[in-house]
Amino acid sequence: MRAEHELIDLEIDLFLEAIYRRYRHDFRHYARPTLRRRLAQALAALGGDSLSLLQRRVLRDPALLAHVLRFLTVQVSDLFRDPGFYLAVRTRVVPLLRTYPSLKVWVAGCGRGEEVYSLAILLEEEDLLVRTIMYATDVSTEALRTAELGVYSIERAQNFSRNHQRAGGKRSLADYYTAACDGVAFNRRLRENVVFSDHSLATDSVFAEVHLVTCRNVLIYFDAELRARALGLFHEALVRKGFLALGAKENLRSSEHAAGFVELDRDHRIYERQ
Amino acid sequence: MTPEPPPPDLPSRELGAIVIGGSAGGIEALRQLIPALPTDLGVPVFIVLHLGADSRGAWSAVFPHSAVTVREAEDKEVAAPGAVYLAPPDYHLLVDDRGVMALSIDEPVNLSRPAIDVLFESAAWAYEDRLLGIVLSGANADGAKGLATIRQAGGRCWVQSPATAAAATMPRAALAAVPDARVLSLAQMAVALSACRR
Repeated sequence: MRAEHELIDLEIDLFLEAIYRRYRHDFRHYARPTLRRRLAQALAALGGDSLSLLQRRVLRDPALLAHVLRFLTVQVSDLFRDPGFYLAVRTRVVPLLRTYPSLKVWVAGCGRGEEVYSLAILLEEEDLLVRTIMYATDVSTEALRTAELGVYSIERAQNFSRNHQRAGGKRSLADYYTAACDGVAFNRRLRENVVFSDHSLATDSVFAEVHLVTCRNVLIYFDAELRARALGLFHEALVRKGFLALGAKENLRSSEHAAGFVELDRDHRIYERQ
Repeated sequence: MTPEPPPPDLPSRELGAIVIGGSAGGIEALRQLIPALPTDLGVPVFIVLHLGADSRGAWSAVFPHSAVTVREAEDKEVAAPGAVYLAPPDYHLLVDDRGVMALSIDEPVNLSRPAIDVLFESAAWAYEDRLLGIVLSGANADGAKGLATIRQAGGRCWVQSPATAAAATMPRAALAAVPDARVLSLAQMAVALSACRR
């Protein structure tokens, strides 16, 4: 069993190296337990007895890569996931953001955009959206396209509304979307100042100076080394006294960047850059 | 009534970790088992219980006074020997060798997040025959597949006896997947656990 596990781990290493060398998508420092699970799912869905055989096909077929990426990158979120977090942003972060004449916000690893629309709505309700530029980045161009459309299934809208109210929503969530045939479509106005862009925390560098970085439930997918790289980018991108928001179970503990931030809200994992 | 002594385990390598899964009736079962853990257990315990996503922080109310440390798992934390870690609501909990914990918000498995199968399968990979997997009371079949993976990797498997479980579906499914698992009442399990050492 040990020998077989070691062989599969070796195949995973080679598979990720192949994708990186051939397509420049770098998953080599993703958290291994989750990666094993996701690649096993990819293998089951895409066929092939082993990752070695799948690797051979992926190297020759860019269309197959798109399928593989779906397994490696998909992060499912909700609008206003963890309502308490958004409430904390309203009460503890917004008052300080108000002091800036113009704002830049980076949603790193935005996936299909749930976080982007949540923040845009929050900033709109706080009269800050007009002076904000948001950068919404992800490694998946497919997810970015979905994010840019801003259409979500009607079944999810009810949960979105409940979260929004718990997050201190000032209006009805329905004010921000229109019912479309295949779901709810968020108003174009919300993303007027949003720049959706392909960006990898593993291989790309900082592109702007920002006042707030949110990167929630992304670092859980990274190993310690890649997490350190990402935190380094956030530290570099943030203005002094800028804010970093992580997921509810993510922290800076045992990270070399812990000293670069102070905890602003422990429960909601909001940090202030030093 | 004194519980009958549990049957002996197959001789195996020293224990590296314990994983436990439960659903309906699982909290009550853990209230009996966790106090039975020896303070010098020497290995970490990882637990997945199905609870609503909104039950954040409810853990402290569940195990207020326990000799062993019970805490919610944090991403990338290294599990301390003898400590008990609970999967946070709405996150899958996975473990790597050396006890490094990883969380994920990947799709629910068996309609559950956290899912017992996800924890068990990751732990089976990491600990192989140094793992003990325990399936408790529950009203669905999560954990059965994971327990089979633990068995396949040479680990030890215990299942709460369906007759004594508040909800028998989960133990029954686990036994169907791993017919040679040890079937124990909670009282027997507590005795067997108190004998566990690294």
